[in-house]
Amino acid sequence: MGAALPVVKALRGFLPERAVLHDEEDTRPYECDGLTAYRQLPMVVALPETEEQVRQVLQTCAALRVPVVPRGAGTGLSGGALPSGEGVLLSMAKFMRVLGVDPRSRVAVVQPGVRNAAISDAAAPFGLYYAPDPSSQIACTIGGNVAENSGGVHCLKYGLTVHNVMRVRGFTMAGEPITLGSAAPDAPGYDLLALAIGSEGMLAVVTEVTVKLLPRPQWAQVIMASFDDVEKAGQAVAEVIAAGIIPAGLEMMDRPAIHAVEQFVGAGYDLEAAAILLCEADGTPEEVEEEIGRVKSVLERSGATRMSVSRDEAERLRFWSGRKAAFPAVGRISPDYYCMDGTIPRKRLGEVLRFIGALEKKYGLRCPNVFHAGDGNLHPLILFDASRPEELQRTEQFAAEVLEKCVEVGGTITGEHGVGVEKIDQMCVQFRPDELELFMAVKRAFDPQGLLNPGKAVPTLARCAEFGRMRVHGGALPHPELPRF
Amino acid sequence: MSLPKLKERIREAAGRRTPLRLRGGGTKDFYGNEPRGELLDTSSHAGIVSYEPTELVLTARCGTPLYEVESVLQTNHQMLAFEPPHFGAGATFGGCIAAGLSGPRRASAGALRDFVLGARLVDGRGRELAFGGQVMKNVAGYDLARLVAGSLGTLALIAEASVKVLPIPAAEVTMEREVTHEEALETMNRWAGQPLPVSATAWHSGVLRVRLSGAAAAVRVARERIGGAEVHGAGAFWSGIREHADAFFAGDEPLWRLALPPNCPPLDLPGRMMIEWNGALRWLKGSADPREAARHAGGHATLFRAARKAGGTFAPLDPVLLRLHRELKAAFDPGGVLNPGRMYEEL
Repeated sequence: MGAALPVVKALRGFLPERAVLHDEEDTRPYECDGLTAYRQLPMVVALPETEEQVRQVLQTCAALRVPVVPRGAGTGLSGGALPSGEGVLLSMAKFMRVLGVDPRSRVAVVQPGVRNAAISDAAAPFGLYYAPDPSSQIACTIGGNVAENSGGVHCLKYGLTVHNVMRVRGFTMAGEPITLGSAAPDAPGYDLLALAIGSEGMLAVVTEVTVKLLPRPQWAQVIMASFDDVEKAGQAVAEVIAAGIIPAGLEMMDRPAIHAVEQFVGAGYDLEAAAILLCEADGTPEEVEEEIGRVKSVLERSGATRMSVSRDEAERLRFWSGRKAAFPAVGRISPDYYCMDGTIPRKRLGEVLRFIGALEKKYGLRCPNVFHAGDGNLHPLILFDASRPEELQRTEQFAAEVLEKCVEVGGTITGEHGVGVEKIDQMCVQFRPDELELFMAVKRAFDPQGLLNPGKAVPTLARCAEFGRMRVHGGALPHPELPRF
Repeated sequence: MSLPKLKERIREAAGRRTPLRLRGGGTKDFYGNEPRGELLDTSSHAGIVSYEPTELVLTARCGTPLYEVESVLQTNHQMLAFEPPHFGAGATFGGCIAAGLSGPRRASAGALRDFVLGARLVDGRGRELAFGGQVMKNVAGYDLARLVAGSLGTLALIAEASVKVLPIPAAEVTMEREVTHEEALETMNRWAGQPLPVSATAWHSGVLRVRLSGAAAAVRVARERIGGAEVHGAGAFWSGIREHADAFFAGDEPLWRLALPPNCPPLDLPGRMMIEWNGALRWLKGSADPREAARHAGGHATLFRAARKAGGTFAPLDPVLLRLHRELKAAFDPGGVLNPGRMYEEL
């Protein structure tokens, strides 16, 4: 085990033997997260159970100058929890307790390894729930949600993780205890809570999370509407918003995605449609009735060719089942698929979809689209077969072009999955060297040695320069101001 | 002053290590510690850069009058849902973001920082930097646009910001009833745990007022459920609360802002108390120092308005957080020229 030996020895000074893994058969399960195209065996896996042990792991690794990669459930889609081959993989899986639900203050205090859906389960007896609902909510943990600022299908109305977390406790890489945010609506000083949320585990390790709970809406209904043209469906979304309606959920799928999911779950989707919209209203029964009526008339005016409104809870869940099963459904029609996560201003939807259509021809790969239409977050799914030579490489080039298009139209390379290792080169397209440098300075403020989750989310300028050389468009380098190495 | 001139001015000040005092309309000069340094007037870098109602996003330059932003939104039946206080006719959009203050709707709609989507900054070296963007979901890079919201101009000049906007609710009604301090807290917290369209609460001098906003049907049903008497012309009441023009705020005693867990029981402090945000915000008009009591209750106290602010405006930070604040300040503004001391003496 060579280099691992002193680290294993130091960790076993305060962790039980079974909480420090270094044999390949034990570390193998940690070699990747949800982005399985990237794999790396960690040198050592540490599984602490107490806050004090987390502090000691960090302090020990800082002293030995060993990198640490925190990990929740490992469901992330951008390789944010990809291990370091010379480092410790810090699994927070044993922090599984709901520490308390306070119905009077409408908060829950939970450990970071608690699953997203388990929070709402714990709050349910009080008529309360935790609003952000990423599609992986039955498996993903709140600690991972904090790291990635996870969203979900209801975030247009109810916000992302950053809008629903009040306080986190944890440690810096040096093992110093920190509390960010508070049980009050704000905390003195800079908003370090907002900074920490979505920082991809690079600034601190979180050991406790206080989340806001909301009263569970009494009733919800969903309208499913068909359109004979994708751009008409996009325009309909704009019309709903223009009418002053903020639906609880507003999702779109294109024809290839509809066909894939209909074969898989039989949700009753319209196979003739070029696109379908799912629009949910929630609230009191009176409120839902009023909103559904208004949405219906807007969609009619916008050219919907078919519409149905869920009549009961079973039907509502059936309408959603297709959208929620989109990824596994696509997994059935193709050996592999690659999920993108760009966000665009909604008005550019038609242009971006036409661009993707042209790339399908250019690369000879199919690409169904599912779309969080309300907030402009696109999930094009490129279908490929990794066993065919160079197909992954073509897929990655396809994806890179789509993400760069998202930046060009005023959007971003990642709406909710994070940069991780996957989109680190595209960061060079979205940000200028001065901006990347400030990101690095912020990182140094928390972790001067650069040991916590190194190599993720923020590329070095040297890496951007190298990347620039690989992608010369029309003879012009994307960063002519950068020194070339 | 144009953006290139503002950048030049900051670069030049950084070169001379001369502190600058960033100022839009000057309506919040009273807030934070005493402003010091040479005046950098940001008010002429003004104008709404883009606004598309169907995208729910507005982008404006820092010097844009806040009333202009709000009136353009209103024309399109939209609003800044965090209901920011102006504290004077000259309030600017940039000053509003830098102060980070939210009004009565905060407990239901969220705080100012929740609505910040992106910002174009000038850091302490005069570099123009853009973070976030004009889209609702964006996790590329650290969220520095939200970090600068409420940083009182101590990290960077916010030259331009993009915010999420929301439709104005279709219906609104305010109800009132007479209750004690304890009953007010109990009632506010109970309502907040139920699916009711409560958009603001305020209690002082024995009267609890609650504003219901939303779809007409929802407001009608909720009004029946909570009862009380309707307040006519309630708009003036809520703007009086937001702008501190209400009679409660009159008088020369110091005004303290206490941010607390919402169900925190009444604090035994001499002076007059107003409760907002379902109990999570309490205003204290009086000469007693509530800092220790607020900290003990799990919150913090800010000396919001006072003739003298001995002991600083904001609750002190623990040593680790203070070090992180200093490091962040040094990352953004290594020469320490932007609003030094405005938030904490050490920054």
